[in-house]
Amino acid sequence: MFEVSLGHYLTLGAIIFTIGVIGIFLNRKNVIVILMSIELILLAVNINLVSFSIFLQDLSGQIFTLFILTVAAAEAAIGLAIIVVYYRNAGTIRVEEIENLKG
Amino acid sequence: MLAHAIFFYFFSFVAIISAIMVTVSKNTVHSVFFLILDFISISCLFIMIGAEFLGMIMLIVYVGAVAVLFLFVVMMLNVAQQKNQWFKSTDTSTHIPIGLIVSAIIFFELIIVIGGWKYKPEIIKNFSNSLTSNSTNTHTIGSVLYTEYIHLFQISGMILLVAMIGAIVLTFRKREGVKRQNYFSQISREKNQGVELVEIKSNEGVKIDV
Repeated sequence: MFEVSLGHYLTLGAIIFTIGVIGIFLNRKNVIVILMSIELILLAVNINLVSFSIFLQDLSGQIFTLFILTVAAAEAAIGLAIIVVYYRNAGTIRVEEIENLKG
Repeated sequence: MLAHAIFFYFFSFVAIISAIMVTVSKNTVHSVFFLILDFISISCLFIMIGAEFLGMIMLIVYVGAVAVLFLFVVMMLNVAQQKNQWFKSTDTSTHIPIGLIVSAIIFFELIIVIGGWKYKPEIIKNFSNSLTSNSTNTHTIGSVLYTEYIHLFQISGMILLVAMIGAIVLTFRKREGVKRQNYFSQISREKNQGVELVEIKSNEGVKIDV
């Protein structure tokens, strides 16, 4: 209980990952919250990598966390640019009104 | 050890609560604020566990750049106040129970994997980049990142460049009625287009075309 082990950190990562997935599935507001949920999922992955890196005494996990951080920043910038362009064209970014691909 | 456990439970509790608040809060600006709180508590966990460099980098990159970017976009798009329709499906959509079921299955799979996971103690010797205790975290990361992972490092720089150019190209637009400086026409102007020499006769003046 009071001995914080690798399992504690992995459980924290699993909980945050699941909250991010729930945020993607059940979101009815706007697309920005979906992007934030994706950031939460990447954060959970980072927690897993860093905790494995520390508890196994291997540095590669922290290096890969740096690269995931880079890709997450790039993804956030591109995603927000796409959202801005979509809002300019369609006038809304509500999830239930984005239905051009419904067929 | 007790203090370590207390701080771990405190920071992870704050992180989980703020992650829940990111998804359920009605105001999008509040979601961004809870996202910032989440990043800060996770980076505190990183610093506590011994990855100081990554904790500080997470503070700089996520709180300083990504969350502020989110905040700018939320303010620019005027979507902060929108009525929330959580768990109120208007039509006969089935996404809420299916989403909950899939999320629960994902969570239980992750818990099963964590609970049944074990590693042999001698496997640690096989890792190439083992952490040494006589130098700081930043020092070891730098000595590995610029030697073994130099190609990945440069590729990540290229990814950032492509993302920057892509964001600029996506959001750039030409507005009507905005006077911009046109460098090409400015530079390619000839002398005979710009200046005209006129012989002025006395007592007649000159007529200027405007």
